[in-house]
Formats: sequence, C-alpha cells, structure tokens
Amino acid sequence: MIRNCLAAALLGSAVLLAGCNAAPEAEAPAATETAASSIAVTDPWSRATAEGQNAGGAFMTIANTGTAADRLTGGSTPVAGRVEIHTMTMEGDVMKMRQLEDGLEVPAGGTVTLKPGSFHVMLMDLKQPLKAGDRVPLTLTFAGAGALETQLEVRPAGAMPAMDHGTHGKDKPHG
Amino acid sequence: MADPFPELEEDVSPQRQAEGLKTLRLALWGVVLLVVSIGLVAMFAPDRTPPASDQAAYADLIGGPFALTAPDGSRVTDQTLKGTPFAIFFGFTRCPDVCPTTLSRMASLRKQLGKDGDKFRIVFVSVDPGYDSPEDIGRYVALFGTPILGLTGTDQEVDAAVKAYRAFYQKVPTTGGDYTIDHTASVYLMDASGKLQSIIAYDETNPSALAKLKRLVG
Ligand SMILES: [Cu+2]
Repeated sequence: MIRNCLAAALLGSAVLLAGCNAAPEAEAPAATETAASSIAVTDPWSRATAEGQNAGGAFMTIANTGTAADRLTGGSTPVAGRVEIHTMTMEGDVMKMRQLEDGLEVPAGGTVTLKPGSFHVMLMDLKQPLKAGDRVPLTLTFAGAGALETQLEVRPAGAMPAMDHGTHGKDKPHG
Repeated sequence: MADPFPELEEDVSPQRQAEGLKTLRLALWGVVLLVVSIGLVAMFAPDRTPPASDQAAYADLIGGPFALTAPDGSRVTDQTLKGTPFAIFFGFTRCPDVCPTTLSRMASLRKQLGKDGDKFRIVFVSVDPGYDSPEDIGRYVALFGTPILGLTGTDQEVDAAVKAYRAFYQKVPTTGGDYTIDHTASVYLMDASGKLQSIIAYDETNPSALAKLKRLVG
C-alpha cells in the first residue's frame, strides 16, 4: 500500500513537472437562469495587425454577476471571417494555442480575464488590418446571456494589458 | 544478502508478487521521470543558467548553418549574420500572443539598452512560409517600432534552421481546414561568431533578460 502511494506520488509529481497543460476548467453546469445583464465586459482591446497578417487576438475582462455560470462560446465582427475562443499554454519552452471548442466558462459571481499569455478571442481571416487607435465592433456570444455588443480598442502591435504587464510585468523598471 | 524490499516476501502468491514488482517498476519509472523533469526544469527555467561546463556543451548544440530570405528578397545566412550578435526567435505572423509579445518585449529591451541597443540584431523567423511571404513578414516586423530582420524560406530551409536551433514547431489543424502552429517561444542569443551565448525564456523576468542582452553586447 505504501509503495502504491509512493509510486502514484512520484508519477504524479513527474507528470506535473514535465509541464502541466493548463486544461480548461471542467464542464460547468448549464446556464439556464443567467440574465443578459449579469455579464459585463470591460476593457476590450486588440493589437494592431499588418497588411498580410490575417489573424489577431482580442483581450478583455468578463464579469458574471449572476448566480449561474455562463460560457463565452464565440462571436462575430465585421472585420474578420471567423471568431474563435482560444487558450494559450506553455509546455516547456513551446507555446501551444488551442481553440476552446466548448467555449470559456465565466463562473457565477466571478471574472475571467483574457490577456496575453492566457485566453484570447481570436479574430480569424481578417478582412483588413487593425490599425492602432481604431475601434472595432465585436459581438460576443454567451451560452446564457446571448449576444453582447462590445467595441475593441486597437492598440499598438506590442501592447500589453494596461494595469498588468502579464508575466513580464513582475519587474517593472525601478524609478 | 539483504533484500532491499523485504515486504515483497510477505505475500508469496505469484500474482501478488507480480503486482508488487509492477508497483516497484512504476515507482522506479516515477523516479526516473522525476529526475529527468527536474533536469529539464533546471535547464530551461528562467534565471537559472546551466553551469559553465554544461553551458559550453549546450552552446555547441544550438545554432548552425541556415539560409533564409529577407523581405527585400536578399538571402541571409548564418555566415552573413556573423560579426554582429543577434537574438533569434521562431514564430508566425498569425500568432496572436507569444510572437507580438516577444517582439515588443525585445524592442523595449533594446530601447532600455540605449546606445548599446544598436550592437545586436533582432531576427524573427517565420515557420509559416506557406502563409507568410517575405514581404508579409517585413510589414509585420515593422509594427514593432525597432529594426527587426524578418526571415523565412522554403519549407526545407525553415526546417533546417529550426533544426539547427533545436527548436520546435508543429502545425495543428483548427476549424475550417485552417491551422495554428505550436512553436518554441524562447529567444536564442547568439554572439558575433554565431555561437549560442544564452537563451531568454518566454516567462523570464525583464531584469534577467536585460542582463543577458547586456552581456551579449558587452
Ligand atoms: Cu507565436
């Protein structure tokens, strides 16, 4: 018995160390009671793209003040052929980006932040370059709350979140 | 002779004994995996540089001959890059996250180096030549407000460059017959002779990355 536990613990830690693939959260209960007003999107933004670059990421914070979990399942925008919800993870020194086929859960009474190094809305098949300073309409679709209109603020290509510089921000230059 | 696992003898039924041995094997594999993982983490974790001796051996494994095409159509090889240190990174223009983040970070680090920022080149290699033409890459790298040499080539040329750097990329199918690309997110810092000096990991802190660049241009 002790050996079994030991083996499990060792294997467990080895797998964890070998690079855990931050899987999307487990299935949420179906959102049946979420009212449209319980979802709020703040600071939706995107990065400028170049001509010939046909995809771009969009980022934002989504808050759910409702009592049931909701799920961001997709969206649409006049500037792109397709909108997908993606997650980005690092496995060792390799970045992997995956579409979240079941969307992204926004827990009841909680928030989810889409930001570089994490979740993002992917604008695929861009019909025109996104120019810094532009505002781009984006309709997000939630399983419970339905459609929600937002406007992406297009920032420079290398922009990082305003208040949080992501994994690179623990070390802002001193004085 | 002392049995290192005397408990195994408590139960002599062949089946139970086989189970015991299986457990033992699993445990040993666990140890092996754990040791290998710790080694890899130690090697790649930010702010932890392999000891000098390992580093020398490691440095010889990364970098090597390549020949790619610049946005103006000119050919760029490891030989033509010699004489100036460079920071080289693999990605693709449709990458919404790691590539723009890394390129803007390199641009900002270069700015922080002041005059010394001109003493190294930033090189971005697209591993998506089917999508990114050299001209596309030129327009893409121009978004970051600092000189960046964008390169790509034929599939074979890109593969050879990726292999030379022991980097990795893989196309992953997505909805509608499209694909995304998993790729190495580290930035390789090569000295003026084309030899690896160090690596900036994706999640490395800025002071650590800046220190490495200072050493590169120092
Ligand atoms: Cu990338």
